[in-house]
Amino acid sequence: MNEMQFLTWVRGDGLDYAVGIFLLGVIWRLIEIYSLGRKKDISASRSVAGASGWHTIFRRSLPPEGMVKKSPVSYIGGYTFHIGLFIVVFLFAPHIMLFQSLFGLSWPALPSQFIDLAAVVTMAAMVVVLVDRINKPVKRYLSTFGDWFTWTVTFLPVLTGWMAVQHLLLPYTTMLALHILSVEILLVVLPFTKLFHAFTLFGSRWYNGTVNGHKGVAV
Amino acid sequence: MKGPLIETLARHGVTRRTFVKYCATLASMMALPPAAGRAMAEAMAAAPAASKRPSVIWLPFQECTGCTESITRSHSPTLEGLIFDVISLDYQETLMAAAGHQAEEALHAAMAANDGKYLLIVDGSIPLGLDGAYSCIAGKSNLETLKEVAKGAAAIVAMGSCAAYGGLPKANPNPTGAVSVADIIKDKPIINIPGCPPIPAVITGVLAHYLTFGSLPELDKHSRPKAFYGETIHDRCYRRPFYDQGKFAKTFDDEGARKGWCLFELGCKGPVTYNACATVKWNGGVSWPVESGHGCLGCSEPDFWDAGGFYKALSMPADPLKLAAKAAVVGAAAGVAVSFVNRGKKSAAKSAHEKTTLADLEK
Repeated sequence: MNEMQFLTWVRGDGLDYAVGIFLLGVIWRLIEIYSLGRKKDISASRSVAGASGWHTIFRRSLPPEGMVKKSPVSYIGGYTFHIGLFIVVFLFAPHIMLFQSLFGLSWPALPSQFIDLAAVVTMAAMVVVLVDRINKPVKRYLSTFGDWFTWTVTFLPVLTGWMAVQHLLLPYTTMLALHILSVEILLVVLPFTKLFHAFTLFGSRWYNGTVNGHKGVAV
Repeated sequence: MKGPLIETLARHGVTRRTFVKYCATLASMMALPPAAGRAMAEAMAAAPAASKRPSVIWLPFQECTGCTESITRSHSPTLEGLIFDVISLDYQETLMAAAGHQAEEALHAAMAANDGKYLLIVDGSIPLGLDGAYSCIAGKSNLETLKEVAKGAAAIVAMGSCAAYGGLPKANPNPTGAVSVADIIKDKPIINIPGCPPIPAVITGVLAHYLTFGSLPELDKHSRPKAFYGETIHDRCYRRPFYDQGKFAKTFDDEGARKGWCLFELGCKGPVTYNACATVKWNGGVSWPVESGHGCLGCSEPDFWDAGGFYKALSMPADPLKLAAKAAVVGAAAGVAVSFVNRGKKSAAKSAHEKTTLADLEK
């Protein structure tokens, strides 16, 4: 298989398999999680201002008071790489072309130099949070294989995409194919790892907010 | 500087100065040091008289003659065409006056007279299906001819994508079992000059290099001369700034197309195509595909015919997704099945639940 056949495979059959497994996994896990159900709470609801599912969804996007100072790497690094990933994934012209061909929707792109900067900042932030996770004994103790693994499969698409654009290490065709392959690996593992938080994040926040809101506690 | 070539050029109204400038340009295109231009000019000018010019045999197999058209028509009668006066093109079916047995005699005479020294140029792929019966010349299959002629060649130039990679005949489903020259000949230096067709300046550049240094230029992993195939079309494209700014033509006749914006979204394969079109251009530097408003097809890359369609952007799926709908159904079924299993576990736990009484605790 030469590099052009490799690229055509990842754009063709590879993408087909990856999207298939991704959809299968996402639908499976969403149905499984939401069908678990919870016991009905028959106590009288206590109404407190600011205590509801929707409040919690919003509130947990902001750091609690004093926490940014206490744990700056987690908050600033976390925000930076999540926003960076959003910019790189959704606002780069070739990526928008892919979404358009899959869903029929398109939106304006940012200049590629800006995307380049966002990719570098994203990778730097990811490396900083990784180093922090290794250096801080508590974080290291709490980390499992799943954490190191998901960091790697998230980092690789950014790294290979940036290296392809910058023409580093390998010829562009091969690096582009590796980039697409790394995204396909990410798609395949996403439903079955901690990365599934991309889908469950708001649902679980809403649930916590609602349960505690019922008890009259704003979380 | 004197020699048969200089005299021939003079007869065509080309001055020595123009010739030296041409060699300097050729040398710079091939990323050689400035002194190489002078060396090239001297080597070519000093090429011996007609009888001793290096012999070149050009074999056509499964091809469309586009490569020959490219070399002859687009540049004749400019300097590139005249470079051919330095070599002795002893067999080229399209260009030679001889035909039939005479042509065959010319071929065998050239092979015998220059055994081990001639340069073999091949255009077209070689069919292996039906014992090679898909393409025969003088009663012999292309496979037989190639093996026979390659035996005495000093080096082989695979001209065009068909000879270099199998090209169009090899495209899926490859009915003739077409293969490239390098798939068959393993014991000779082979230089690939892919393209559909290749750029004429590339073949003259390679010939000039061969005549000057007696060796082939530096090649990449696809055996292409790095000097011409070292960079992608995209990186050298004059429309590149529009790509970086995110300005794309969406159709072939929209405002973006008229303003000359990037053709990436219309399927341009420039980012993955290594060739010199963007710098050397075509028809004596008049224009090239992207300049004339059409995206690059990627013709100098292996298997470009089967790379997912000429009008699909590189970041778009090469084929429509076939599994998505089925996968969604299977996923939903798996989810429902697991839900029932979970509910079963829950109700089993519930029914197995035993009430604890005070008496139990006091035991």
